[in-house]
Amino acid sequence: MVAAIELLPETRRRDVAARVRDLRRSFGARAVIDGLDLDIDAGEFVALIGASGAGKSTLLRVLAGLDAEIEGDVTVAASRAVVFQAPRLLPWKRVWRNVVLGLPGRPDRRRAAAALAEVGLEERADAWPRTLSGGEAQRAALARALVREPRLLLLDEPFAALDALTRLHAQDLVASLWRDHAPAVLLVTHDVDEAIALADCVLLMRRGVIAEKVRIDLPRPRGAADGRFVALRAQLLGWLGVTRAAEGGR
Amino acid sequence: MDALESIRPTSARRWRTPPLLPRLLGVALVVAAWQTLSSTGVIDAQELASPGTAVATGLALVRSGVLPQAAWISLLRVLAGMAIGSLAGGGLGLLCGLSRAGEELLDAPLQMLRTLPFAGLVPLFIIWFGIGEMPKVALIAFAVAFPIYLNVYAGIRSAEAGLVEAARTLGITGSGLVRHVLLPSALPQALVGLRYSLGVAWLALVFAEQINASTGIGHLMTDARELLQTDVIVVCLCAYALLGLLSDLTVRALERSLLTWRPAYTGA
Repeated sequence: MVAAIELLPETRRRDVAARVRDLRRSFGARAVIDGLDLDIDAGEFVALIGASGAGKSTLLRVLAGLDAEIEGDVTVAASRAVVFQAPRLLPWKRVWRNVVLGLPGRPDRRRAAAALAEVGLEERADAWPRTLSGGEAQRAALARALVREPRLLLLDEPFAALDALTRLHAQDLVASLWRDHAPAVLLVTHDVDEAIALADCVLLMRRGVIAEKVRIDLPRPRGAADGRFVALRAQLLGWLGVTRAAEGGR
Repeated sequence: MDALESIRPTSARRWRTPPLLPRLLGVALVVAAWQTLSSTGVIDAQELASPGTAVATGLALVRSGVLPQAAWISLLRVLAGMAIGSLAGGGLGLLCGLSRAGEELLDAPLQMLRTLPFAGLVPLFIIWFGIGEMPKVALIAFAVAFPIYLNVYAGIRSAEAGLVEAARTLGITGSGLVRHVLLPSALPQALVGLRYSLGVAWLALVFAEQINASTGIGHLMTDARELLQTDVIVVCLCAYALLGLLSDLTVRALERSLLTWRPAYTGA
């Protein structure tokens, strides 16, 4: 689906969803983000990888507006939504009310139902969040993010807690939702295969900056058996310091 | 083969006896023993009436309307004290839970007041409020306020940071955050406070009604003491216990209806 990008008019293509210049974020004396620059175009799918503690989640939290103890210039789309590693649904509100929480006006059941239908969860609209399975809860969190029609969707390892099979389904779902709604996406992940399968562009974060960047122009859907996929995986794993390139991404 | 164990289905593991019967059996045994000791003269009727006498007196007091009237007045005192005390305690808990300034200003003095034994305040309350309904309701309110305060405060502070953060990304701030996130997450703990404070309320009532009550269960008991009517005293104690039990059941029902979203551990 390279076409998805090309279909966007040039003017919109040049719109930015996020623009970061010389960002710094320190915890005590330790600068987790140290002079970082980042551009995300409208509609672009960017994956961010890096070792644990490299500052990926910190960067995502800054873009989400959850962390403002920063220096530097950060411009982000005003309409943005976040999906965290944990679904973070309010357990005392039924699923559909969680989905439309925070939208202006009265809670709109039909709007919630439409969003839940998109993630294949319409029959759980009246369930309590704690009765959902891990994959269902994460799909509800996706619906909650998408119902806002964000221009920038921030995904903080949203599939990390899911089992392997559910994770593959969730990745396909994100790919199709991105195709239909065309938000810019920043996906923080540990999973190299996931990054290659989904993203237009993979960034590596190291020592507080974007240290490496590679564009991925393989046709979608991307199979892990593809020779170029294998080569990319070796390259990304190499960035992460894993030399046994033949082994899987996780 | 002894490293293996079979998992028995719960249906087989559960006791098959009707749950009410063994419990009632225990009570019946105690009452029977008491009755026997009274009938044989081991327990002097002047010191403690027999269960039979107590039941007869209780029925008579109910029929004459004396006991229901007294219980009603006592119940009203508890309700008034609970209302005032939980409003004050809940309000202060919200203030300290939601605002750091409120916490710094109010928490220390409240913690100091909390350590005062409320029963010891009776003389002071009589001087301040006289001997009418006021000191009784005030004593109950004072006793009730602290458990509510502590639990509402702790409940708000135990809100999950992750949920607060997620709500903020959905554009929920200020009063919306309080309404959608902080209050509901404080609710289970606040209900624990309510249950505890109801118990304290009945205790405070007993203390309050020992002083110059001309109505209520406490008054019945004071009169009975003057006349050495141990049967009436036993009836009054049972009335207190029943009212306490009733209020506990009410809060439990409240918990069940308010916390349906919470699939909690229900005990083995």
